[in-house]
Amino acid sequence: MSATAPAPPGILGQRRLRREDPALLTGEARFVADLDVPGALHLAFVRSTLAHARISSVDVSAALAMPGVVAAFTGADLERDWAAPLPCAWPVTADMKAPRHLPLAVDKVCYMGDAVAVVVAESEYLARDAAEQVFVEYDPLPAVVGIDDALSDRVVIHEELGTNTSYTWELAPDATAVEAAFSSATHRVHGHYVQQRLIPAAIEPRGVVVVPQPFGGEFTVFSSTQIPHILKVMLALTSGIAETSIRVIAPSVGGGFGSKLNVYAEELATLVLAKRLRRPIRWIETRSEGTQATIQGRGQIQDIELAADAEGRVTAVRVKLLADMGAYLQLVTPGVPILGAFLYSGVYDVPAYSISCTSVFTNLTPTDAYRGAGRPEATYAIERAMDALARQVGVDPAEIRRRNYIKAEKFPYASAAGLVYDSGAYEAALDRALELAGYQELRAEQARRRESGDSVQLGIGLSSYMEMCGLAPSRVLASLNYSAGGWEAATVRLLPTGKVQVVTGTSPHGQGHETSWSMIAADRLGVSPDDVEVLHSDTAVAPYGLDTYGSRSLSVGGVAVAIATDRVIEKARKIVAHQLEVADEDLELAGGAFTVKGSPDRSMPLGAVAFEAFTAHDLPDGLEPNLEASCHFDPPNFTFPFGTHVAVVEVDLETGRVILRSYVAVDDCGNQVNPLIVEGQVHGGVAQGVAQALFEKASYDEQGTLLTSTLLDYLVPAASELPSFVTASTVTPSPTNLLGVKGVGEAGTIGSAPAVINAVCDALARQGIHDIEMPATPERVWRALKEVAAR
Amino acid sequence: MRVSITVNGELRSDDVEPRLLLVHYLRDVAGLTGTNIGCDTSSCGACTVHVDGESVKSCTMLAVQADGCEVTTIEGLAFDGALHPMQESFRQHHGLQCGFCTPGMVMAATSLLAEIPDPTEQQVREGLEGNLCRCTGYHNIVKAVLAEARS
Repeated sequence: MSATAPAPPGILGQRRLRREDPALLTGEARFVADLDVPGALHLAFVRSTLAHARISSVDVSAALAMPGVVAAFTGADLERDWAAPLPCAWPVTADMKAPRHLPLAVDKVCYMGDAVAVVVAESEYLARDAAEQVFVEYDPLPAVVGIDDALSDRVVIHEELGTNTSYTWELAPDATAVEAAFSSATHRVHGHYVQQRLIPAAIEPRGVVVVPQPFGGEFTVFSSTQIPHILKVMLALTSGIAETSIRVIAPSVGGGFGSKLNVYAEELATLVLAKRLRRPIRWIETRSEGTQATIQGRGQIQDIELAADAEGRVTAVRVKLLADMGAYLQLVTPGVPILGAFLYSGVYDVPAYSISCTSVFTNLTPTDAYRGAGRPEATYAIERAMDALARQVGVDPAEIRRRNYIKAEKFPYASAAGLVYDSGAYEAALDRALELAGYQELRAEQARRRESGDSVQLGIGLSSYMEMCGLAPSRVLASLNYSAGGWEAATVRLLPTGKVQVVTGTSPHGQGHETSWSMIAADRLGVSPDDVEVLHSDTAVAPYGLDTYGSRSLSVGGVAVAIATDRVIEKARKIVAHQLEVADEDLELAGGAFTVKGSPDRSMPLGAVAFEAFTAHDLPDGLEPNLEASCHFDPPNFTFPFGTHVAVVEVDLETGRVILRSYVAVDDCGNQVNPLIVEGQVHGGVAQGVAQALFEKASYDEQGTLLTSTLLDYLVPAASELPSFVTASTVTPSPTNLLGVKGVGEAGTIGSAPAVINAVCDALARQGIHDIEMPATPERVWRALKEVAAR
Repeated sequence: MRVSITVNGELRSDDVEPRLLLVHYLRDVAGLTGTNIGCDTSSCGACTVHVDGESVKSCTMLAVQADGCEVTTIEGLAFDGALHPMQESFRQHHGLQCGFCTPGMVMAATSLLAEIPDPTEQQVREGLEGNLCRCTGYHNIVKAVLAEARS
């Protein structure tokens, strides 16, 4: 009996429509705010309006007296309820300084948005009303807003640490070689770049619902998170509730981009209050609290130096980073600059390399992983510096890149920073991108506009990127002092009716894993993807997993699905061999059935094998019933996707306005499971990088007050600010996994910001402007033009 | 206050607080959670619905202001087990990823085509500028709307 339809050949690489879509398109999908939990109480947090202050008093009595208010707590009230402070899982150096970070501040607040009290009420409206009746008296302290100010220790934020510097991390495999390269260099380039703070702004705000079973002692935590598995472990450690009593479910999650790769104060507080009050509790973030209380991205000052010979071949890269951790260390805050620290030599064959990173506390929202996490920053610095080098050497930006690319025949390539890049064909991606952009014609148009003195100038910007993703080989993580591994788990089952069940440890929030994982399993089994269900994001269903971030899901989690599927096939083969009385190796699997080689009439469909395995009436001696196998795949290496992007901008010299006219992205993420999804990831990624280049910045005043706390002030681009994109791909499979895949979730963001700023600077080159700090707003461009005009 | 609102073709009558936003009425009173909330400044458009045929951000309106009106939410778009053509076009063109902005985006898109049946790409982009999406870069959303307009 087979309930599976025969599969079309070659499922991998098909543009299959997503199975996730109908529920999302009709409103059937349930996000955390949509969960209807009878009797649930609602939380509202009272947040600091100051960036740095001692708490003199917190008075919750007026709030408590309001009808419908069930409870209200100050930070001091709850101080003994936490089993441990909020976690930081990445102490990047042995002597890293980390402040104690409690969900609710007790003595002082360290950033605007730091929670000082929480109100529990019968409805969301009542909870917010009551939160406004909590009166907090502060004794203001001077705020540390800038990185330089933090370094000076003029004001030490966490007195117990004695300094604002959290750590200095260095990588200098051969410092002498770097010195020698610089002293013998013909060309030296120095770039100084600011990575502004960004607000991730997933369109779904965060939220958490905790449902306790007071007498069973168990807690179901529904959270808008990317990391249900990591969250479960961390909630157990920080709440003191046994891991066996916590089940975490990520329902439909409305985007993350790294901002939901964390263990947040509100998650722990909601769990602890549900335990204390023995009632279900719900907290849904508002946008204007999310801009303050959800992590921000970037926040770095970069100094990069290149040494090069007379032809512009780079002989050394030397980097100094200063990174803004914000007020506290969240889950992987200190590791974000380190994720980029190996990549400041970009796609280039650079023999000598050194980097140091000093990270400091400020009185601002904590930073942490935001799409790309360290790698967009690295790519920006090297790609901006390569344009500066091209200018100094006097060659076209495309030519300076060609001269320096790691040649295709050099892979696997051991970098001076100590990585081994799996595969690459960088020049092919550049050629394709230039062809698609019409590079020569663009240069001709640019020349015409320059000659005619057009008030709108054309700029063409290139960026060749390479990223390290597929996080990550566990032993490499150990060497980086990361507290967890980097494997991923999958279980594949053939059910009695022949349907297939895949259980994955990844946790999708827009990436379409259900579609892609069903394609991977179906392709190997020879069945239709429609017959494969994919279960995920519930720790009771998928007990093992390390979740979704760092473009890891396909190259680690998807590969685990493939391996587990193959294990199921091998077990099935034994059953068929036994029942058809042939040797294992005489069977071939095609079209969802095992057939005896050379005897096409002797075959057994997978569905029948599944039923035989289920009844277990006639299995080989010693073989266990059922067809199920698991895989815990620990990747042997990172994967290294790459590509070249071309941005074309028009810059109005009178108003400073920059319009992104066209954008070409040629990306190589190895073999593609579903090109439809790959393109979608590139589109969204490019938009986010363009947003950093042109629109977005978390702005603070000198008191540390966030000035962009709503979507009115923080400019997430709309459709009207962006063009349609031209995307294409080259395919260079990764030799490090059996699918040959690399990952594509962050590529667009990594490649795009430098391409756009290179284009803006290219448009302004004739005016003598060679750098514009991000975001290149009309005001900034206009001021730069006024400045050069005044010289 | 008592309000009578026709939601997806069904007349409802409910007692509501005067300050209750239409979006909370739809989600918490009518139980229609397909309409999402993405901000608190009427910037993101995730809560877009149709009120008497016009697209409205349902966080900009009180439930009492919708008294006597006909409201259509995303749940009212699919008919007889089949997706609305705009929903189908979003699916065909991969115009959604996480899906959180999608209900509002689809409602805004159908309203846009009702107003401009054969828009240019620029008109689609400008017509949807009140709806934010963080996943798609809008590329496939615009493609889906243009394809639906031309079908």
